[in-house]
Amino acid sequence: MNKRKLKSTVIPSSIMIGPVVLWLAFFIVIPLLYVFIMSFCSIDEYYNVVFKFTFTNYKGLLNSNYLYVYAQSLVIAFITTAACILLAYPFSFLIARTKSKKKTLLYMLVIIPFWTNSLIRIYGWRTFLGTNGWLNNLLQATHITNHAIEFLYNKGTTIFGMVYCLFPFMVLPLYTAIEKLDGSLLEASSDLGGRKAQTFIHVVLPLTASGIFSGSIMVFIPTLGYFFVSNILGGGNSDVIGNLIQRQFQSGNNWPLGAALSIVLIIITLLLVKLYQKCGGDIENLGV
Amino acid sequence: MKQKMKKNSYGVVGKIYCSLIYAFLFLPIVVIVVNSFNATTSKPYLSWKGFTFDWYLKLFENEELLQSFQNTMIIAVCTTIMATIVGTLAAVGMYKYKFRGKSTIDALLYIPVVIPEIVLGISLLTLFAKISIPRGMFSLILAHTTFSIPYVIFNIRARLSRYDNSIEEASMDLGANRLKTFFNITLPVLAPGIAGGALLAFTLSIDDVIVSYFTNGQTMTLPLKVMESIKSGVSPDVNALSVLILIGTALLVVLTQSGILKGKKNM
Repeated sequence: MNKRKLKSTVIPSSIMIGPVVLWLAFFIVIPLLYVFIMSFCSIDEYYNVVFKFTFTNYKGLLNSNYLYVYAQSLVIAFITTAACILLAYPFSFLIARTKSKKKTLLYMLVIIPFWTNSLIRIYGWRTFLGTNGWLNNLLQATHITNHAIEFLYNKGTTIFGMVYCLFPFMVLPLYTAIEKLDGSLLEASSDLGGRKAQTFIHVVLPLTASGIFSGSIMVFIPTLGYFFVSNILGGGNSDVIGNLIQRQFQSGNNWPLGAALSIVLIIITLLLVKLYQKCGGDIENLGV
Repeated sequence: MKQKMKKNSYGVVGKIYCSLIYAFLFLPIVVIVVNSFNATTSKPYLSWKGFTFDWYLKLFENEELLQSFQNTMIIAVCTTIMATIVGTLAAVGMYKYKFRGKSTIDALLYIPVVIPEIVLGISLLTLFAKISIPRGMFSLILAHTTFSIPYVIFNIRARLSRYDNSIEEASMDLGANRLKTFFNITLPVLAPGIAGGALLAFTLSIDDVIVSYFTNGQTMTLPLKVMESIKSGVSPDVNALSVLILIGTALLVVLTQSGILKGKKNM
């Protein structure tokens, strides 16, 4: 290599790229590899990780309680995603295509709640929905019911909390996709005699599908891991995979088993991302 | 006429629908604000005992709470600085230079974005435990920087896609060296993207629950303090602090956004 190239390209590019490469290697690649290795490790009687190769952790994953939680977790994620699409699509359509001057404000209003910590907002829902909560007080004060109704601590409230936490992640890609829609295409379709429903199915939906796909990925995957939502609203019978992992990594528990559970979660994630790419989704649309 | 009426009723239904969605999004915030004025002093702080401003003063006597808030801020500021430096260098470097392994770096950047946070949390926990990095402020800053870097890079990249390379060449032709060009031309032009990325890193850091939960050791951040107090009931002073943070963030965003808009006009 000549000296000039060294000075003009190699040195500046290593200064710029070097830090991120080291950072990713050290804090992403190595930890994930270590989790993979740990998933084949054993524990001694004090729950210390010992490097003795075993398949026990993976066999442990087939425990029927765990299988139930995987299935439940996928069902919760699926319903959450479907609910987010159904709720967010018309909403995003209305705010993305409004001619009002307040459009930017309407968009910002979706993000503003997220400047308050998500835990305390979920707790806010618990305050609202609890047996002593605002909703029950209102229902009793208006004599709609005469006893407190338990809204909390079931799969429904866990899904409700998930939808609440992840709703903006569905709105943002949908908003972007719908905003890009060319209004003249819609006019052309209706000029050519297409009814509203036909225009929607044959023109609007295919053109905004990319937003639905990236939104779905950004909602579905986190739902599998959001253990705190089911902890706060679900009351123990609506665990997701994240809850299983969380328990194993509390001090003095079986880390290798937790590592194996994490590997399962990683595999599900990779499969979903592959499916997303098969549907024509671009991984670049998954950021923010 | 008939059609117009039909259109109007569509508009009304739409408005009602959107209002309901906003109500859904903001209702917990209303609960937080109202509870920050609740005069109750008994756990779990749920029943309404009258209006008071006391909690906004009392929170300054709650040392544990203030300490966790201070930790959160220190971590967020350090994270923002580190993620912004590493991310800006990487975004510009990856834009300017071709090199082997670029697509690998790209793929790795998407890992923290796509993967469930809990996996990132436990993988950093196992690493820190293995190489005996003490868990506390330092490990939290490392962890937060890790998930923030990709967002900073993506934000700047969006700006770079509209970047005109020729102004750098012009600067070099006029005799400025690389370093001078980087600081006087590249950085100012990219400033809005960098500011946007930094703001995102900051907000991600102050709000993080899951990764912090696994990497904090004994150090408390505000979200972890909230998590800890949920069992016995979140006290109104925590609500009061949350309200103050919301107002603070809003001001910060308004200030940077107006800065970003100005930058866009200049470009």
